[in-house]
Amino acid sequence: MDKFSAQELTKMSSQVRRDVLRMVHGCKSGHPGGSLGCADFLTALYFNIMDHNPKFQMDGINEDLFFLSNGHISPVFYSVLARSGYFPISELASFRRLNSRLQGHPTTHEHLPGVRIASGSLGQGISVAAGAALTKKLNKDHKIVYALMGDGEIEEGQNWEAFMFAAHHKIDNLIVTIDLNGQQIDGSTKEVLGIGTDVIDKLKAFGWMVLEMDGHNHEAILKSMEIAKTNIGKGKPIFIVMKTEMGYPVDFMMGSHKWHGVAPNDNELANALGQLPETFGDY
Amino acid sequence: MKHFEIQNTKDTRSGFGEGLLELGRKNPKVVALCADLTGSLKMDAFQKEFPERFFQVGIAEANMMGVAAGMTIGGFIPFTGTFANFSTGRVYDQIRQSIAYSGKNVKICASHAGITLGEDGATHQILEDIGLMKMLPGMTVINPCDFNQTKMATIAIADHEGPVYLRFGRPAIPNFTSTSEPFIIGKALMLNEGTDVSIFATGHLVWKAIEAGHRLAEQGISAEIINIHTIKPLDSAAILASAAKTRCVVTAEEHQLNGGLGDSICQLLAVNLPLPVEMVGVNDSFGESGTPDELMKKYGLDAENIVSAALKAIERKNQISSL
Repeated sequence: MDKFSAQELTKMSSQVRRDVLRMVHGCKSGHPGGSLGCADFLTALYFNIMDHNPKFQMDGINEDLFFLSNGHISPVFYSVLARSGYFPISELASFRRLNSRLQGHPTTHEHLPGVRIASGSLGQGISVAAGAALTKKLNKDHKIVYALMGDGEIEEGQNWEAFMFAAHHKIDNLIVTIDLNGQQIDGSTKEVLGIGTDVIDKLKAFGWMVLEMDGHNHEAILKSMEIAKTNIGKGKPIFIVMKTEMGYPVDFMMGSHKWHGVAPNDNELANALGQLPETFGDY
Repeated sequence: MKHFEIQNTKDTRSGFGEGLLELGRKNPKVVALCADLTGSLKMDAFQKEFPERFFQVGIAEANMMGVAAGMTIGGFIPFTGTFANFSTGRVYDQIRQSIAYSGKNVKICASHAGITLGEDGATHQILEDIGLMKMLPGMTVINPCDFNQTKMATIAIADHEGPVYLRFGRPAIPNFTSTSEPFIIGKALMLNEGTDVSIFATGHLVWKAIEAGHRLAEQGISAEIINIHTIKPLDSAAILASAAKTRCVVTAEEHQLNGGLGDSICQLLAVNLPLPVEMVGVNDSFGESGTPDELMKKYGLDAENIVSAALKAIERKNQISSL
């Protein structure tokens, strides 16, 4: 597949967001807020940034790997996997239903192509990504390991163990992005458990190279990820602070944590879809 | 009662260390991770010979389990090493989601299991780990009985695809297992054929069961003694065949009665062959500081307790047959 341009990515993101909303509406459950917020980034990863093979092999030798640590945004993950050819787009309709490969949170257990680890219980994905990145080094495989985590998720202690580990072992083929939308279930991240000084300072202090990125501008995403790639192999793991808005760009879903884990009703779905052009055909 | 030659007295963790070193030499895909207990786990020889395949993770066991899960992606076989307490209870959710549910080929190697950890006391003496691990779907649970068997088990699990919990201990105990027989995961080992009572023992209690067998023989009782090194998958056929012959059972383990080997055997027998069972293990209690021998005696894990349990099981069997 040819790499998408920024303009094409923006078009695809609109379709991915339609998938997200229709999947969550279809089973009346799931997590639309963070899924919409990360749609631009994940679309960019799978349609431009990563060198990956939709003919899925678990070991992923000589290809870039992606690990989703905040597994609750499974709708957007499943949409980009299907849209980039890992499994039929029509299968998105089975999300969260009995006997589906598209479980509420991603799993390897049902052998869905594209998923390499179960996630959902938060805070575990960065350790896994660090392990996979170490394996690439041992295999002399020069591809990159990517991971995405939530900002509420950073409250889990295991992340900080992983941050120390990756810096200590100079795992410099690892790019972790944090979805900094400032929201979690019980309110804003500042209200629930503020991490004090800026996350940028914290990660720098932990020995990571830190970049900032606007998560809703494809040109900016491509540029930042290009900078990140040029820093591969320079002795430090890379952390990207991606500013997003939960629910973006659906007007009534933005600006609060309300749409973290709630499905839209019929009217809300129609309203939201009206704001998102159908660009590649609904499933 | 068959005589077992004590070849020497060694700790099972040293069997793990030697097994890991041998594996390192024969299988380049074996990697080892340790959470700041390299000497205690006897992983130093592997670390010295294969520094590029040894990863110190520090006192961060949750991360160790995640890193190990990640290292399977790309074909490596990670062996994690720390105390049994920190290999299970501390990291249960990491093992559950990133290893067991994800079906990752990680070997969780746990030393200082049980009460024989000794003087450090109950904070470190986990007696619930077998139960925790056996409840996880797809997890294999192995608790070898001596140095030789731990070494063989360590080597054998590398060839088994899927997550394994390998449990061993700290104290030096009699090393008697023959190395000429291969170690087969899930296969119970007949140590002594008998007719009056079946004693199913695991780990450090296997040697205690042999001692008990000699004492029972002195009283004219023929005990069948079977080493259940693999608690999951359980060798149901071997257990049922023995129980059908002797008609009464004793289980023996250095673990809580609730959730351990005895618990698994009771389930098997209750469904298939209800018979009198007496269980030797720790009865809903935490441990405490003391020497391993003192603790085994105080918590009822001695040969003497196995003898009493066997006599009681036989008495119950005789009561039933006289009804």
